[in-house]
Amino acid sequence: MRTNEKSHEKVIFEYSHSGRGATDQWPAEEPAHATADLPQNLRRTKRPLLPEVSELETVRHFTRLSQLNFSIDTHFYPLGSCTMKYNPKACNQYAMLPEFLGRHPLAPESHGQGFLACMYELQEMLKEVTGMQGVALSPMAGAHGEFAGVAMIRAYHRSRGDLARNEIIVPEAAHGTNPATATMCGCVVREIPVDEEGDIQLDALKAAVGPQTAGIMLTNPSTLGVFERRIEEVARIVHGAGGLLYYDGANLNAILGKVRPGDMGFDVIHMNLHKTFSTPHGGGGPGAGAVGVSARLRPFLPIPIVAQEEGSRYRWLAEKDLPQSIGRLSGFMGNAGVLLRAYIYMRMLGREGMSQVGEFATLNANYLLARLKQAGFDAAYPSRRASHEFIITLKRQARELDVTTMDFAKRLLDHGFHAPTTYFPLLVPECLLIEPTETESKDVLDAFVAAMTQILQEAEQEPERVTSAPHTMPVRRLDDVRAAKQLDLRWKPTA
Amino acid sequence: MAFIPHTPADVEAMLAAIGVSSVEQLFDEIPAALRVKSLDGVPPALSEMQIGRLMSERASCDGRPLCFIGAGAYEHHIPAAVWAITTRGEFYSAYTPYQAEASQGTLQLIYEYQTMMASLTGMEVSNASLYDGASAVAEASLMSVRSNRKSKSLRILVPRSVNPQYRRVAAATAGNQGLRFEDVPYSAESGITALEALRKFEGEDITAIVIQQPNFFGRLEDVDTLTDWAHARGIFVIAVVNPTSLALLKPPGEWGTGAKGADIAVGEGQPLGVPLSSGGPYFGFMSTRMEYVRQMPGRIVGRTVDLAGREGFTLTLQAREQHIRRAKATSNICTNQGLLMTAATIYMSLMGPVGLERTATASHARTRDLIAGLTSVKGVRGAFSGPFFHESVVLFDRPVAPILSSLASRGILGGFDLSELYPELGHALLVCATETKTQSDIDRYVAALSEAATAARAA
Amino acid sequence: MSNVPSDLQYTKTHEWVRTLPDGTVEIGITDHAQQELGDLVFVEVPEGGRAVKLGEACAVVESVKAASDVYSPIEGEVTQGNPALAAEPEAVNTDPYGKGWLMRARLAKGAATAQLMSADDYRKLLQTEGH
Repeated sequence: MRTNEKSHEKVIFEYSHSGRGATDQWPAEEPAHATADLPQNLRRTKRPLLPEVSELETVRHFTRLSQLNFSIDTHFYPLGSCTMKYNPKACNQYAMLPEFLGRHPLAPESHGQGFLACMYELQEMLKEVTGMQGVALSPMAGAHGEFAGVAMIRAYHRSRGDLARNEIIVPEAAHGTNPATATMCGCVVREIPVDEEGDIQLDALKAAVGPQTAGIMLTNPSTLGVFERRIEEVARIVHGAGGLLYYDGANLNAILGKVRPGDMGFDVIHMNLHKTFSTPHGGGGPGAGAVGVSARLRPFLPIPIVAQEEGSRYRWLAEKDLPQSIGRLSGFMGNAGVLLRAYIYMRMLGREGMSQVGEFATLNANYLLARLKQAGFDAAYPSRRASHEFIITLKRQARELDVTTMDFAKRLLDHGFHAPTTYFPLLVPECLLIEPTETESKDVLDAFVAAMTQILQEAEQEPERVTSAPHTMPVRRLDDVRAAKQLDLRWKPTA
Repeated sequence: MAFIPHTPADVEAMLAAIGVSSVEQLFDEIPAALRVKSLDGVPPALSEMQIGRLMSERASCDGRPLCFIGAGAYEHHIPAAVWAITTRGEFYSAYTPYQAEASQGTLQLIYEYQTMMASLTGMEVSNASLYDGASAVAEASLMSVRSNRKSKSLRILVPRSVNPQYRRVAAATAGNQGLRFEDVPYSAESGITALEALRKFEGEDITAIVIQQPNFFGRLEDVDTLTDWAHARGIFVIAVVNPTSLALLKPPGEWGTGAKGADIAVGEGQPLGVPLSSGGPYFGFMSTRMEYVRQMPGRIVGRTVDLAGREGFTLTLQAREQHIRRAKATSNICTNQGLLMTAATIYMSLMGPVGLERTATASHARTRDLIAGLTSVKGVRGAFSGPFFHESVVLFDRPVAPILSSLASRGILGGFDLSELYPELGHALLVCATETKTQSDIDRYVAALSEAATAARAA
Repeated sequence: MSNVPSDLQYTKTHEWVRTLPDGTVEIGITDHAQQELGDLVFVEVPEGGRAVKLGEACAVVESVKAASDVYSPIEGEVTQGNPALAAEPEAVNTDPYGKGWLMRARLAKGAATAQLMSADDYRKLLQTEGH
């Protein structure tokens, strides 16, 4: 990590010199008449503002930028609900074999059986670990998968002539994408409360369901980091009222190999392959939000899907094969390269590895929770087991010491740890949602506890150090208000 | 193997600290009846060596045919530096830059990307990317509904010369919120959208029109006339553009004779340093005018200062996004295609304006060479008249599918068969050549086609 | 502790209403609301001439943390949105009852302000909500 003074890397345009470029990468110049057939009025007259720097300057600039980042490869990254586990290098290497990388999406199936075999087997493995009967791989992110899931629920009800069902029930602790997705699908959101132990209030649920209920969107374990203990009862209530159950797979890592959403009664699920199945987060994407469904929702799956014919040949199923499909969600077939990485990961885990994931993710979380409690921190749900994540609330420290969760998070950066998720779920004030994942060792967890303990001491003795953190990062705390008020969203040349 | 570092001693110490005697006890809140008995449907674990071998076998099964397909995904040379840097762990395994102080690398890169895309499209501001070109069109449609205060109809005109997958995805994504996508026919002779085709919409309340340049057939639309027509009627212009082509073609910000240009510019960013990879991951780009910036979905990075007055970068305008506005979000998008946008930014930096222009020019020149070669074969002719860019449609005197099969068996992917999506064109094939194709590649295609055509005629 | 002027009327959703001498009303968000939101970075106010129904979302106040709708406390027609807020959204934070007014409106025929909360009732509401 590079610290303050040396770390300022100019914006790349400030290194530009007219005429510079990675000239060896440029195609040879064509004769002037090569574009004579392009009409003048449709041609560009002024060159776009792109950097004019040599190849080495480019390599240096972006390499230095990369060194300003925290990443799983360099730091412990216990972001709750994000599952920041190790991204195996093998997944990247084999997904980037030249034949996979160079294959055009519209290449014929005859030149894609290897790729399609991987996709088909991925579909099958995902069905098995989730207990579902149909899987589609094309949604390109978790939120996209959510959209597909709710759209399928809606399509299902409409196909049965049940047009009044347009309400989606969401627990008040839900992730913001859930209600946003419901609205995008033309549905109305209805929130229900959770109790002090973190479970859904069943009475409130019973009162909320009715002929207008399209379904309920749940995460299990919930966003509060605890298992919804009465999930079977929840399923009975919602199904009994004619609604469907949607599973938000953000927390699948907690139960992988131990419990299957299909067995819990869920009708449709989305999986975050970039969480549970270790595809790279890439600084914000690409993800992949594969969806799984029970038999009655299979006709509505988004296309395309891979099918296997006799003789182990694979082919795409599209509009003709699935006339009731909710349609295409992607220009081609989704994030193929991400799906290949997930496939490789699942093959390396195998059936033995799947259950290890759930076990060790849960062990690590419970261990970290126990140590933090011993160190004087307050668990939000002290009587509950942690799932793969748990919540610490700093509301007492905020009140007594005037040091907030944000301050703790920033000071953790100085200790070389990426902060856990802060201020989510909104239900718990001054919270940290902590998810260590199964790939972290006990040493790392102990070091994290030591850092948190030190910050707590500092908060008591020298709070200024904490409230003005971070101190050793490339930048101090940034002025968010100014960023939103004085919008500077692109570099402009000064002259 | 699940990449788990724990030794039995570790486990014992941890269980003791928690106060339980086994890991199984940690699952005691979960009803026993729900517990999985076995996962027989998942094959046994493979070592890295084993999976490496399997993947190599599967890859060589697919091979590396010579590819002349475009239709929304384009094969361009990607300098080695692009992915060498993009797959650095600090970029590859970093999360979304919510903790700005720990993510200045990613954030500054996004700021640079936004600058490049805004300039390339001739617009005022760009976001940090969307899933892909098709979903970007869907998002642009939703955005125009939000931003075009003068229109209430939610009707979006989509010429048939626009990529048909884009319309399908837009309908699947935005149809549930009441948006209606309506066709506009193209002219049989030129393959572009003529004003006559828009006459029937005069006087109606239309929210936006999608104009793709070059269009799906590779033809060049009369973007100025179409833009002026739309703006005179209070209709938003959603420009869908190929980023490589923007090195040579007038960018959407300059479309039309008025001062405004297109209202929203989107497209598929794959040509900028992203491999074909069977269709993804790619990235969609979106740029617009500053007056609509608060309606633009996706992430945006802004430059600001820190407590010491030093320059820094952070995500901004987040209150628009789903995680804060919840049910009233502008969209539910929670991701940008970070890794792909990173690759594109490095690609654009290496190529610069001159390199990109050379790439565009060479691609156009090779396509011209390809068309000349193909139409020299008996029974093959061009489908449309008028200007085109780096893609074109040829017509055969017999069905396309068998011809493509024959070519494929010789290791050549001849193009994209249009007969299913556009039956009115007849036996039509969309072909593309980029700077990656040499004259001898083209000669090989032409020779194979001649042979296939001769054989078919003899049969 | 937030400021609740006694001469104004209030809503459950933290808007305030001031009846002007000419019978029109001035509307804004309360001190409590601006504290909850944090520093405002952007305010969207309705245009003059726009008809509003009681409870209709008619303005947006945006901070770094949240973008919130402002709900019309009356039925009527907007005469003017506060033009100063485009350049100075923070006026809502520093002077929520004065320079930070959001909009002015004319009541619809038959509409009234009598159903709005008094300052006392609003103070009680804040107390029960734990503020």
